Amino acid sequence: MKAKLVITPKKAVLDPQGKTVANALEHMGYAGVAGVRMGKYIEIDLAPGTKAAEAEQALNEAARRFLSNPVIEDYRLEIVE
Amino acid sequence: MSPGNPTPTMRLAILQFPASNCDQDCVHAVRAMGARARMVWHKETSLGDVDAVIVPGGFSYGDALRCGAIARFSPVMQAVIRFAEAGGLVLGICNGFQILCEAGLLPGALIRNRDLRFHCEQVFLKTANFDTPFTSGIARDGAPLRIPIAHGEGCYFADAPTLERLEAGRQILWQYCDATGAVTEAANPNGSVRNIAGIANERFNVAGLMPHPDRAVEGLLGSEDGRAILSGMIASLESRQKAAA
Repeated sequence: MKAKLVITPKKAVLDPQGKTVANALEHMGYAGVAGVRMGKYIEIDLAPGTKAAEAEQALNEAARRFLSNPVIEDYRLEIVE
Repeated sequence: MSPGNPTPTMRLAILQFPASNCDQDCVHAVRAMGARARMVWHKETSLGDVDAVIVPGGFSYGDALRCGAIARFSPVMQAVIRFAEAGGLVLGICNGFQILCEAGLLPGALIRNRDLRFHCEQVFLKTANFDTPFTSGIARDGAPLRIPIAHGEGCYFADAPTLERLEAGRQILWQYCDATGAVTEAANPNGSVRNIAGIANERFNVAGLMPHPDRAVEGLLGSEDGRAILSGMIASLESRQKAAA
């Protein structure tokens, strides 16, 4: 079992990296890109026998306290087999 | 070696994390101001008997995850949080500012510079509030402070309600400005909202700034303007202690 955590900068937060990548895509001729947000992806291996619901609760807490900074970032957590 | 203060009495703790790199600069600066400085390792659970704390610059824990995110949970930071909650003076410089924001001792966060570049240069600072322990040593009618920055992630961000509270509470202490003191977009090195270079908490016992007063205490190195911040902080500690005695 794995936990997948996707962390992205909040809409109101400046994301110069995303902007630079969006500009590059445009220069390369990829039409239709309206915007790019650059974030982080964290994959966490869960020990065998871990209960999905418990892992989800614990990792939501860890995501709020530590893995993301709620001042500047949003996150999405997913537990997968 | 401060002629004005031959018997140093104020004791400052300088935190030391793996990959701190301004810890020695801070020790030197504090001693140059005539106070005592003691390094406190990140694994310590107590600060010992100190009058103030400086969280120095650097790249604590290699900036893993986010700048300051790991340091914030270190044993020594739990002691700093208790010290701050009890009213103790805490100053965070550069990475120290990032750590204090991550710890929730200061509002907002520091993110990547808007031009994605590491800036290592002298900047000018306008002091926006002189009535704090961190700014009381700065001349009210003086020129802007000239102090160096060295950071890649110094763009201060806070949401609109937080910014309103900072303004209303006079918690913005320093703003990036030009040589004449004008707070302009061109003088903003990193994209910080409202040119914010440093702030304080509501009680004014915790402050953080991205520029390095610790690197501006020797004229030989380009500027002595950092002295106004550090010696003012130490002087306010002394007057606090006299008032308590």
